Amino acid sequence: MAIAEPQFDDLYREVIIDHFRKPRNRGTLPAPTQHAEGMNPVCGDEIMLDLDVASGTITALAFTGQGCSISQSSASMMTERVAGRTISEAEQIADAVSAMLVDGADPAAEIGHLEALQGVAKFPVRVKCALLAWKVLREGLDQAKSPAAV
Amino acid sequence: MTTATALDITAIRADFPILGEIVNGRPLVYLDNAATTQKPRAVIDALVRYYETTNANIHRGIHALAVRATAQYEGVRAKAAAHIGAPRPEDIVFTRNATESINLVARAWGDQHIHAGDEIVLTVMEHHSNIVPWQLLARRKGAHLRYATVTDDGHLDLDQFRSLVGPRTKLIAVVHASNVLGTINPIAEIATMARAFGATLLVDGAQSAPHLPLDVQALGCDFFAFSSHKMLGPTGVGVLWARPGLLESMDPFMGGGEMISIVKPDASTWADVPHKFEAGTPNIADVIAFGAALDYLAGLGMDAIRAHEMNLTAYALDRLRTVPGLKFHGPANVEDRSGLVSFELESAHPHDVSTIVDAYGVAIRAGHHCAQLLMRRLAVPATNRASFSIYNTPGEVDVLVEALNHVVEVFSDGDRRAAV
Repeated sequence: MAIAEPQFDDLYREVIIDHFRKPRNRGTLPAPTQHAEGMNPVCGDEIMLDLDVASGTITALAFTGQGCSISQSSASMMTERVAGRTISEAEQIADAVSAMLVDGADPAAEIGHLEALQGVAKFPVRVKCALLAWKVLREGLDQAKSPAAV
Repeated sequence: MTTATALDITAIRADFPILGEIVNGRPLVYLDNAATTQKPRAVIDALVRYYETTNANIHRGIHALAVRATAQYEGVRAKAAAHIGAPRPEDIVFTRNATESINLVARAWGDQHIHAGDEIVLTVMEHHSNIVPWQLLARRKGAHLRYATVTDDGHLDLDQFRSLVGPRTKLIAVVHASNVLGTINPIAEIATMARAFGATLLVDGAQSAPHLPLDVQALGCDFFAFSSHKMLGPTGVGVLWARPGLLESMDPFMGGGEMISIVKPDASTWADVPHKFEAGTPNIADVIAFGAALDYLAGLGMDAIRAHEMNLTAYALDRLRTVPGLKFHGPANVEDRSGLVSFELESAHPHDVSTIVDAYGVAIRAGHHCAQLLMRRLAVPATNRASFSIYNTPGEVDVLVEALNHVVEVFSDGDRRAAV
C-alpha cells in the first residue's frame, strides 16, 4: 500500500514557528489602560493581554500566557498587527481573521502576515487555539469603548 | 526486545475491524487505549445478534425472548465477577460508566456514613471522576478532603499518605492504575491503612481492569469501579463491585422500576441486591456485548495480556528515549506501571505534537487527562500520552517515534532545520 506523506506543512508555516519560538511584545505594560485574559479550559491555552488605548487608538500591547504554537504565535502576530490602529480598525482585522479561520474566507489584505494562520482552518479542533488571543483583544477593546473607561 | 508473550498479535489484530482503517492516508496506529479501546468483531457481533435474535425487556416478561434476554444479561454478572476475582455475582452492579459507579457510592453509601467533620482521603493522582463526587459529598455533609501526594518518580508518597489516615478517616478513594503516570498503586498496603482505622476503601479500577490480573479479595478493598469501554466492550456500561453485605446495607441510588419490591402510596420496599441499584430498564444490549468482551479477554488470559503490555511498554520507553528533548513522567520500572507512557517534548506543546503525529495516522492523547491536580503537581499544563492494548505492536511504536522525530524537526530552530 502506498504510504501518503504526512500533510501539515500548511499548518506549521515558518512564520508560526518563528513567532512561537521568539514571541514579539511578550511581557506586561507598566500601567495598562486595559487588561483582559482568556483561557481554553480543555487544552489549557491561556493569554493575558495588556493594552494602552488613548483617544480610540491602541498605542501599545503586551501579552503573557502559555499554550500551543498556534495560540501563542497568533497572539504574537496580533500584537504586531494591531499596534497603532484605531479600535475599529483592530476590530476589522479581528473580523477578517475570524472569517478566514471559521468561514474559510480568503485572507483579507488588512490581516497582513496573519495569513500564515490560514492553514489552521483545515484543522477544526485547532481553530479555537488561533482565536483565543483575538477573543481576549475584543474583550479589552470592549472595555476601552465602555462609558466607564472614558 | 524480549518476546516472551503467548499472544498471537497477528490473529488478534484480525479480530478488530477498525485496525484496517486508513487515517490521513496512513494505516491507523491507535495508541489512545486509555481513553477507550477498539472493539473486537465478537463484541460488535454480540450487539447485532442481541437485537436480531433476543431483544426484549428483562426481569418482567414471561415470554421466551424476555427469559432469554434476562439469562444473557444476568450471565454477564458472573463473568464480571470472575474477571475481578469477586466471590458472588450479586455484588456486581451495572451502571453507565465508572464515573456513575463512584457517584453511586458517594450517594448511596456516602450519604449514610459520612458526617460533619469526617475525613475522606484521596490522592492527587485521581481522575476527576474520583475527586468531584467526593467534593460534592463533603459539601453536603460538612466533611473534609485530604490528599495524598506523589513523589517525583511518580509513586504515591506512602509515608505522607499514612500520616493523613486516622480516626477521623471514614473513606479512602484511590486509583489502582494512574491514567497519566501509569503507576500501579499498592492497594493491599493502602487497605491495611484503611482497616487500622475502620475506614472504607474504594478503588477506581478503570485503568487496571483492562490490563492486570485482578483479585479484589486479595486487594482488600470494599468497592471496586470499572468501565466496559476501556476493556474492549461497548460504551455505556460501568461496573461497581461491593464487598459482600455492603450493598444490602445501603439505601438505593436512584428510584424507579426494576429496583422495587412493593410500591405503596407513601413508601416502597426495595428489590434484592443488586437490582436495588439498577433502576429502570438497564443497558441490556451493551451489557450482553460486554460479556463478549470479558470472554475475549478471558480467552487470551490476563497474565498473557499483562506480559504483552509490559514488553511493549519497555520497548516504548527504550525507543522514546532516543527522541531528542523527550521527557517521561511516571515510574522508571515497568513492573510498577500499566501499559501507557506520558511524555513531553522540550520544543513543542502537546497539542502541536498530537496534531503532527495524527498526520502519520497515529492517535495519541494530548491534554490534562482529567487530572488537573496531578498536572499541577507535575507543574505541566498538559502532556502527551501513548497507551497500549492487546493489539498494539513494536512496529506501531516505531511509527510514533518516527512521527515524534518529525515534530522535533518542525520545531527546531531555523539553523538546525536548514541543516536537516
